[in-house]
Amino acid sequence: MPKCKYDWPEAGDRGLIGESIDRVDGAVKSSGRARYSYDVHPSGMLYARMLTCPYAHAKITSMDTSAAEKLPGVKAVLVIQPVGSEIQWAGDEIVAVATTSEAAADDALRLIKVEYDQLPFLVNEEDLSKAGDRAKPSAEQKSGDPDTAFKDPDAVISEGYYGAQVITHCCLETHGSMADWRPDGKLKTWSSTQSVSDLPGQIGEGLRLQKVDIQNSDIETVCQYIGGGFGSKFSPDRWGIVVAQLSKQTGKPVRLMLERDQDLEVAGARPSYYGKVRVAGKKDGTITGWDSDTWGTGGMGPSGNPPVPYVLEGIPNQLKKHTRVNTNIGPSRAWRAPNHPQAAILTMCALDDLADKLGMDPIELLKKNIDFAPEILRQAYVEELDKAAELAEWKKYWHPRGDKTPGHLKRGLGVSIHTWGGRGHASTCLIAIHPDGSVDVKLGSQDLGTGTRTVIAITVAQTLGLPVDGVNVMIGDSAYPKSGASGGSTTVGGVSGSTRRGAIDARDQLFAVVAPALGVEPTQLESVNGRIQVTGDPSKSLSWKQACAKLGVKTIEAQGKNPGQCKLGDSGVGGAQIADVTVDTETGLVKINRMVAAQDCGLIIDMKTAESQVYGALTMGVTYSLFEEKVMDDQTGIMLNPNMEFYKLAGIGDIGELVVHMMTGPGYDERGVIGLGEPPVISPGAAICNAVTNAIGVRVPTIPITPEKVLAALAKGGMA
Amino acid sequence: MQAFEYAAPKTLHEAVGLLGSSWGETEILAGGTDLVSAMKDQITTPKRVVSLKHLAELRRVEFSPSSGLRIGALATIHELLDSKEVQENYPGLIQAADGIRSEQLRAMGTVGGELLQRPRCWYYRSGFGLLAEYKGKPLVPDGDNRYHAIFGNSGPAYFVSPSSLAPMLICLQAKARLHGPSGSREVELSKFFVTPTSANEREHDIKPNEILTEIVVPHHPGVHMAVYEVRQKEALDWPLAAAAVALHMSGNSVSKSAVVLGHVAPVPWPSPEAEEALNGKEVSEETAEAAGKAAASKATPLSKNGYKVQLTSVAVKRAVLAAAKGGA
Repeated sequence: MPKCKYDWPEAGDRGLIGESIDRVDGAVKSSGRARYSYDVHPSGMLYARMLTCPYAHAKITSMDTSAAEKLPGVKAVLVIQPVGSEIQWAGDEIVAVATTSEAAADDALRLIKVEYDQLPFLVNEEDLSKAGDRAKPSAEQKSGDPDTAFKDPDAVISEGYYGAQVITHCCLETHGSMADWRPDGKLKTWSSTQSVSDLPGQIGEGLRLQKVDIQNSDIETVCQYIGGGFGSKFSPDRWGIVVAQLSKQTGKPVRLMLERDQDLEVAGARPSYYGKVRVAGKKDGTITGWDSDTWGTGGMGPSGNPPVPYVLEGIPNQLKKHTRVNTNIGPSRAWRAPNHPQAAILTMCALDDLADKLGMDPIELLKKNIDFAPEILRQAYVEELDKAAELAEWKKYWHPRGDKTPGHLKRGLGVSIHTWGGRGHASTCLIAIHPDGSVDVKLGSQDLGTGTRTVIAITVAQTLGLPVDGVNVMIGDSAYPKSGASGGSTTVGGVSGSTRRGAIDARDQLFAVVAPALGVEPTQLESVNGRIQVTGDPSKSLSWKQACAKLGVKTIEAQGKNPGQCKLGDSGVGGAQIADVTVDTETGLVKINRMVAAQDCGLIIDMKTAESQVYGALTMGVTYSLFEEKVMDDQTGIMLNPNMEFYKLAGIGDIGELVVHMMTGPGYDERGVIGLGEPPVISPGAAICNAVTNAIGVRVPTIPITPEKVLAALAKGGMA
Repeated sequence: MQAFEYAAPKTLHEAVGLLGSSWGETEILAGGTDLVSAMKDQITTPKRVVSLKHLAELRRVEFSPSSGLRIGALATIHELLDSKEVQENYPGLIQAADGIRSEQLRAMGTVGGELLQRPRCWYYRSGFGLLAEYKGKPLVPDGDNRYHAIFGNSGPAYFVSPSSLAPMLICLQAKARLHGPSGSREVELSKFFVTPTSANEREHDIKPNEILTEIVVPHHPGVHMAVYEVRQKEALDWPLAAAAVALHMSGNSVSKSAVVLGHVAPVPWPSPEAEEALNGKEVSEETAEAAGKAAASKATPLSKNGYKVQLTSVAVKRAVLAAAKGGA
């Protein structure tokens, strides 16, 4: 018997929890029946498009929309930024139109005349010497006595330059929504969003700022399926407000989804992070000092300041400087595990360089210094490093820097560790058990493709003793009880907590109704294998349907909340990854042989969707490490690759073998449920950089690791 | 996309009659994989689009030992790849087509369209014109030219020829057959690609009212051929450099060779330097490497594409070694 009423079942009693279960919406998605925002197309719907600024920095001096207004098919023209506005990036939205066809929208945009005064701009920041007064240094951070640590004559000091580029989110479904402002004054939106419950409030606020009157309670947002968000779809954005205004103005439903180029230009960018790092260590490998001078850009807004030294945050004697560079590249957004992949690259690459200088195996160096990591994760890191090393055959394939094998193909292995919080967010759900035995669970959550529907179904099914398909999961609508946005790996902890508690309470109500028929007290009942039975005695039982029939015409309803009573989740996970690569030293091409991930996330609800999260993260990690880059042009200020042709994403043949091991059992399961979306995407960059270095004997300092950069590094030395 | 008139003529004669006499008035639609996106981006804004979809006679792939291979301009990349006769007699052409790593492009894209596709220069595709000019100045020399030309790049064209098939076809002395108002004409494929000197010119020896109808490839029994592309991705990606090689062997020695580079110049770039390094030699790691070095020796890289010189050299070396191992 669990100690606390809502506790997760003990090991051995978990039933469906932790099994490998197919996602419940797999068939509907793979057969094309899932309806995304783009698929919602009521009759009479208008098409909206936006005219954008072609300059990176400019002031609008004049505007003439009259010709567009007269064009047949044009139902509304809405000025988003009027004459006099200062525009800070190419692609920023100026005017929107709503028309009866997509072609008319394009024609209308071409008829709008806008003139600009062009202003000075900066779109590239890696060369800090060219940033001028765009560089904004923040205060130096110091702990201990770094000066003495680096002057210690016995210290071994490694020094390097490392960095990560600006990348975009590149969601396969672009941003946007379909909005329907109905004659009764109610607004319904079908939005591509990570934040179903919070969106109506944000849309209401945005509309009122535009002097459009509406109450939040008159707005409903629906998002049943989403083609990727990765942190870029928390807000309705300007276009989410504009589309509602256009719908109100025209009295018609209006769709405004971004074009692919717009999506890459303005709808999501991960800040860059570059830096010179020095690390001091004793000959036995104990790290004694950290010194970093870093910079990066997040457009005109905050660049983020990645947490270095990463994971080993307790390294003594630190000196850190960070400079934000303001650039006209468009706004940054949270990108899966904000700041962490960048921090991992600067830290884990610097530590790899120190290990090389000390003649140490980098895994041994990490283990030697693991006491600098948060106490709660130390044991997990050691186990994860050992597991990853075993799966990657580290002892067989790792070698001191530089593969000495003759020929142009050089193999190398690299390691990195990472961490993330992942505590469950606030979530409320409503669970209904109907007299016919059907079970509904409703909550204003959303499934980003991570398996949220499936873990809800498993949680409720296991609690009620039903099969997974005995539970009808209803999410993706703000009319349902409020549940948190899906970001920061908070969803699984949130929705499993609320639905576990709600299901226990609903079950107990059913026990109270059924107990007299079985002649026992409700506390003597259990719900297992589709039956309500006297605990441990299947002979005294009712089938689930028979039990529910006792409800007569009454439906049981129970609310579940997270956080709440009993500890169902926690925060703080670790993970270790090893990349195994082969580098062609004649072409500079990097091929991934294998990516190995050992990852913990507390109690796992569905092993299959958990592993899938890690597979997806490794895929995304390989892609940002080798291919992705928001290429900005110094002369024109525009993004040169806002397309899927030169904004390169890996294909199947580019990924290599993915090996995933989820840490489970004692030490992990009893922590309860912890989120998994972010952590496994953090280490691939650092692990791949270190593997390439291990292969060719010389460091390629920044990602993406292109043939051009590999050849440039080899020209300075290494194994070519 | 700007509104346009659409025609789908039933005969070649009718099709030619629908074409304009100056560039920009009309465009020919085959697979549409390049044209449609260029029209959406308003890189081209024709008043009329002439679809060739009813001209079934332009879709044949035919081979005979005496007259060689005839590839209709409307044959798809898939149809070329699927042809047993091409597989048996022109393995280098199969390798070239296999470099087009998109099922969609292979299914819809045609051989004629592949040869006539417009450059992928990102300045051109961003609306700065074929020669990428901005405020009266060429953008490429001082811009992000990582994917631009390292040969034939003294201006005003700096883009690279995007064709994956052309280098091998040129090695095989293929000819392009064109049909216009005054009948048919044939052009050697090596002369079919031209470097434009103004933004209103095109990259091919074709007139606005001519239609590319077929490619004729002589039979080359016993010739060893191969293509090597350096692509960053296994998935669809433009090569950073490519080399096509055809070797006529006399015993163990090369009696005659053809080496044509792809994706490194505004046109497929023949390399007499590499050919000279091979002719009369036995193919070995050393001669292949020497040919590669010779091929790259006259490169004139721009500010950011020096790495392509090395890639060109490696592509030639590997194509030579692959050709020597393979056959026809």
